[in-house]
Formats: sequence, C-alpha cells, structure tokens
Amino acid sequence: MGRARLLSIARQGSGLRIRFDKLGIVIALLVAYGALGASFAVLKPNRIVQGEAKMILAALPAWAGWGLIVVLFLAAAASLFRTSSWLKLVAAFAALVTLALAIGSAASFLAPAGNTYARVSPASGFWLLLFAFMLLAADAITRLRPPPWMRVLFLVLTAGGVGAILLSGSWNGLSIMKEYAGRADVFWSEAGQHVRLALGSLIVAAAAGLPLGILCHRVAALRAGVLNTLNLIQTIPSIALFGILIGPLAWIAATVPGAAEIGIRGIGTAPAFVALFLYSLLPAVANTVVGLAGVPREANEAARGIGMTDRQRLFQIEFPMALPVILTGIRIVLVQNIGLATIAALIGGGGFGVFVFQGIGQTAMDLVLLGAVPTVALAFAAAVILDALIEMNSRVLIGARSA
Amino acid sequence: MIEIEAVTKLYDDVAVVDNVSMVIEPRTVTVVVGTSGSGKTTLLRMINRLVEPSSGAIRLDGEDNRSIPGHELRRRIGYAIQGHGLFPHRTVAENIATVPGLLGWEKSRIAAKVEELLTLFQLDPKMFGSRYPHELSGGQQQRVGVARALAAEPNVLLMDEPFGALDPIIRAKAQDDLLAIQKHFGTTIVLVTHDMDEAFYLADKIAVMDKGRVLQYGPPAELVRAPAAPFVETLIGDAERPFRLLSAAKIGAAVEPGEADGEPIGEDGTQQEALADLLWSGRKALPVVSASGAPMGRVTLDALLKCAARPQ
Repeated sequence: MGRARLLSIARQGSGLRIRFDKLGIVIALLVAYGALGASFAVLKPNRIVQGEAKMILAALPAWAGWGLIVVLFLAAAASLFRTSSWLKLVAAFAALVTLALAIGSAASFLAPAGNTYARVSPASGFWLLLFAFMLLAADAITRLRPPPWMRVLFLVLTAGGVGAILLSGSWNGLSIMKEYAGRADVFWSEAGQHVRLALGSLIVAAAAGLPLGILCHRVAALRAGVLNTLNLIQTIPSIALFGILIGPLAWIAATVPGAAEIGIRGIGTAPAFVALFLYSLLPAVANTVVGLAGVPREANEAARGIGMTDRQRLFQIEFPMALPVILTGIRIVLVQNIGLATIAALIGGGGFGVFVFQGIGQTAMDLVLLGAVPTVALAFAAAVILDALIEMNSRVLIGARSA
Repeated sequence: MIEIEAVTKLYDDVAVVDNVSMVIEPRTVTVVVGTSGSGKTTLLRMINRLVEPSSGAIRLDGEDNRSIPGHELRRRIGYAIQGHGLFPHRTVAENIATVPGLLGWEKSRIAAKVEELLTLFQLDPKMFGSRYPHELSGGQQQRVGVARALAAEPNVLLMDEPFGALDPIIRAKAQDDLLAIQKHFGTTIVLVTHDMDEAFYLADKIAVMDKGRVLQYGPPAELVRAPAAPFVETLIGDAERPFRLLSAAKIGAAVEPGEADGEPIGEDGTQQEALADLLWSGRKALPVVSASGAPMGRVTLDALLKCAARPQ
C-alpha cells in the first residue's frame, strides 16, 4: 500500500501529466448524474400512489444539500485520478456514510409534520450514488488486496455502521422503515425462516453431496451419469420445480405414516427445502469431483507408497487439498440459495420473499425493498465470509502450484 | 534380504514382468535399469505391493510380503519417487513425520527423528522444519522426500527414478548423499533408473530389464566384461565400455608400491577419476593415500590402461 502510493506519486511526478483512472471516470460520471441529474428522494402522499420526485437541494435543508454535494464531488474527484487506494477507500466510505445520513434527514425534512400516511423513499439518484460509491469501495478494496481477516473486518465494520444507523433511528422516517415498523415481529420470524431454508438446505446438500462427490471421484463409471442428472435438475426453472414437487410431497404426506407430523406437505417449507437441496447438489458434487481430480498424482502416489490406507489418504491428503475448490462450491450454493429462497414464499415456504410478493401484490415498492434489501445484504455477507475462508485455505496450495 | 521368486505380472494377458527371480543382498544398493516400458517400475512396486503379482512370491528377510496387510507392509519399507511427491499442504517437518505418525510414535520421538534426519540431510531443522515444500529448491525437496522415506527407520528403501527431475550438479550431490546415508543406516536400497551413469555410480549390483525380463543381474564390472545379451551391450554403449569398467572399480584395487609426485588421490575414488587426473595433469603416476591420509603407494597410467582393457 505504502509502496503503491509512492509509485503512483513518482509516476505522476515524472510524467508531469495527470493520469485518470478509467473506472474512476465512470464513477465520476455516475456521481455527477446521480447528484445533479436525477432525483434524490420521492415524497408520496401514501404508500401506494405515485410520488413527487425531489432533487438533492429540494430534499434537504440548504446547508445539508450543499454539504452533501460537496462531499460527493470530493469523493468523486478522489476516484477520478490514480491515487492511493486507501484514499479512495476512505473517500468511498465517507461518501456512503454521508449518503446514509442524508437520506435519513431527507425523510424527516420532506414529510409533512403530523401526517402519518405520507412516505419518503430513496429515488433513482440515491440508488445510483449508492451504487457508484460501493463500486469505488469494492475497487479500492480489490486493489489493496487485503488479507482475508481484513476483508471480514471491513464487512463487520460495515454491518456495525448500518446497525448503528438503524438503532439511532435516523432512518425511521424512511418508507422502508415504516413498512418494517408495522411488521417487526413478522420480519424477524421470516428472516429466521429464510436463513433456515438457505443454510439448512446447504447443510443437507453438503452432507449428501460430499460423499456423492467422493464416490463419483472413485468410481469413474458413476461420474457422467450423476453429474448429468444433477445438471438436468439445475436447468428446471425454480417455480416449475416447486410446482413439480407439490404432487409427490402431497402424496408422501398423505400415504407415509408420520410424514405429515414432521412437516411434510405439498406446499410450504417442505417443497421449498427439497427444491433448494436439489439445486445445491450440483455445485457441491461437481466441485468435490473437480477438487479431488486436481490433487497432484505424485502426492497420491506417495501417500499410497508410504503406507496410508485409502481412508487416511482421503482425509489427510485428498480432502485438505481439494478443500478450496469444495468451499468454492459451498459458496456458490449458499449465495444461490439465499437468492432462491425468496421464491419459496410463492408456495408458502416463508422467508424474505413474503414481503417481496406482498409488495408486488399491493404495488407497494417499499415493501418489496423490505424483502429484497436484506436478501442482498445476506448474500453479500455470505460471499465475503466464504471467500475469506477459501483464501485462507488455499494460500499454501496456490504457492505450490506456482512453484 | 529380498527374495524375488518367479514373479510375473500380467496386464490384459501381456506380461509386464515376466518370470523374474533375483535375490537382493542386505545392506547393498541394487539398481534396476531398462528402457521405459521394460517393467522395472512394476517390479519395484511389487516389492511393497503397490502392485500385486499375478504369480510368484516375494520374501523380505524370509517372510512372504503378503503375510501382512499392504499398507502395514508399506509403512515398514521406505518409498521415494521422482518429483519427490511431498504433500504440498504440509510443512517439511509434517511431511517427514508422516509415517512415524501413522505408526503411532510418541510426539517427542517423532520430533527427535525429524530433527535428526533434517540435520543428516544438511537442512537446518529450525529454518526448514516449518517451511512448505514449494518454498524449497528442487534439490532440497528431493532430500526431504528421501528423509520422509527413511523416517520410520526402514531396512529397505525403494526408489523410483528419485533423481530424475534434478539438474546434473545437484543430482551428483544427491547421489553422493544417498551413498553416505546408505552406509550410515545400512539400508538395503533398490533403485530404478534409466540412466546408466547413475547405475554404475551407485550400484553394488545391476539388474538389466527388457520387455519384462531380467537379462542380466550382477556387479557392474561383470556387465561390461561379459554382457549376457546384445541389449546389455547396447545399453552400456561400445564407446563407454572402458570407462564403465574404470568407474565401477575403486583406486585402491589398482594401487602398486612406489612413489609419485604431486597432489595425492584418495583410495576411495573411482579409477575413472584417477585416469582423468593423470590425463589432465600429463603425469604417468599419482600418489595414493588412504581415507585417513596415510600414503599407500601409487597408481600408474599403465595399470589403469590394463584395468580398462577388454578382459581376456
């Protein structure tokens, strides 16, 4: 980092011309349009009608509006040039925090006092600005190449920041928080259900997929058949798969004694869980097979030659060396499941999808967001954590391959 | 002692190893040479039962190698392969500790053994023990591979082209180290290679294999003096014959009483080295000293020429 900064200064000094960052130009253009060309917030008389779009200066008190614009443009300027990645990261964070606080104060500024029906929600400009600075932060973090623990630390800090703003109540005026306030209990129980669906099906898929993958690796004759079948399942659209499962599960519930008692029904959690499980199998099995196939032949040969049993070779040599690839499969499954679990609500499976589909039904976009935003945040957090895990497990092996 | 008795290995009715019988004396280095596909690796792998023979038997110190399960047998026999085969996710110390760990040795005993072997192979235990294989040079990796094979103090060490991936200078050093280690532990070594120079340098006895059969099995000099088949002659090479004879014999065997001028040469060197020294320095005779430095006499150009001449 320090060296990168020195280098970039040296380059600018010797070149005597300012070097622009290509991505930075895109970000700066997005910021310029988001701040000056698009509306910042929407004021609606009630939760379902079209609202009145407000630009930044109209959505905030004058001092705050100008302050926000200044911060946004300073941060955009930092993105524009080839400067230290740390500077860009700090600029991105400062802009994001300012944006978060500004949208909260826009809500209290715009909403007419005493009117509980009026709603203030973020408009296209806000989302564009949010996107631009998240892009800047992501780019800076990528260039800094932080160790895995630091990426998790960034995630924890971000989550802590969002949590602090939520607790402070400065977003309470926003429409999405008003939707939340009305159904806080339901929100948390659906959140729990969402995590249970996504994580539970992942755990079952890993428990079934790893042995199946090992079997496919050892028995070449099985490999093509199993992988093709799982591939086929993967191509079935999710809604169709939920539908297909209703019949067989209803039949099982009706005929197998005890099945209904443990919660197996044609609709609800059971088909959602089974569908997510089926989708999870392909990445789990395929990555296990690929990971095991990638173990160097000499290592296997030596393991056998010095007297390891097949089981010892599997657990001490093959499995640890295949772990990064297997974890990559788990990461795919988890992120995919967190997204797919949303659709479970269609067949009564619960989860954040409940708010999404209720919102669509009521044309209340704020309610849709109440379901969508936590889903995205959850998937993002899962991806960061698993990426860090994968990297921690693959450092030694990456070194071994390049040597 | 390893007794190989009428061993045959068939793959799809083709004999890869065809009715091979040989006895490998304890505490010797036996080198199996042959072109690729001659069955030499398969023969080696049948000794520790990585490959099961189709017929015949192999006895280690009189005991049939099928009397205990394969993996237990292999823990008692050292095994080193080309490209070292180290486990990339384990440190040098963990790699060496593998077999003692499988055998359930106590931790302190394993640690002591790892340190002893690293020191023996001229790798500082403090510096190298915690490194990963990819952080070592090719020669260091190879040494760790052999150290791992020796960790459980096996009587027998099987090596499959162990030096094939090394450059010539490091290979020569590795060969010297191997001979020193063999003297130190008294290990019986069976080594497979296609490199005749390596075979002549290391071997007490050479087995030449072709198309699954052992064409000749004997001391290196015997192969040169009395090749049993045209293939053996080809493998040794017409132009190489006198030098192979010299390289297979020690200087001590050609010493005669007398004096000579100049830098003395040790009796442990090969006669080929003495010849090279004589030719290069333009002398007719070299003084010879014993390992302890005591004068033993001299070795002359004439004597070496006789040693190199076709046996009558």
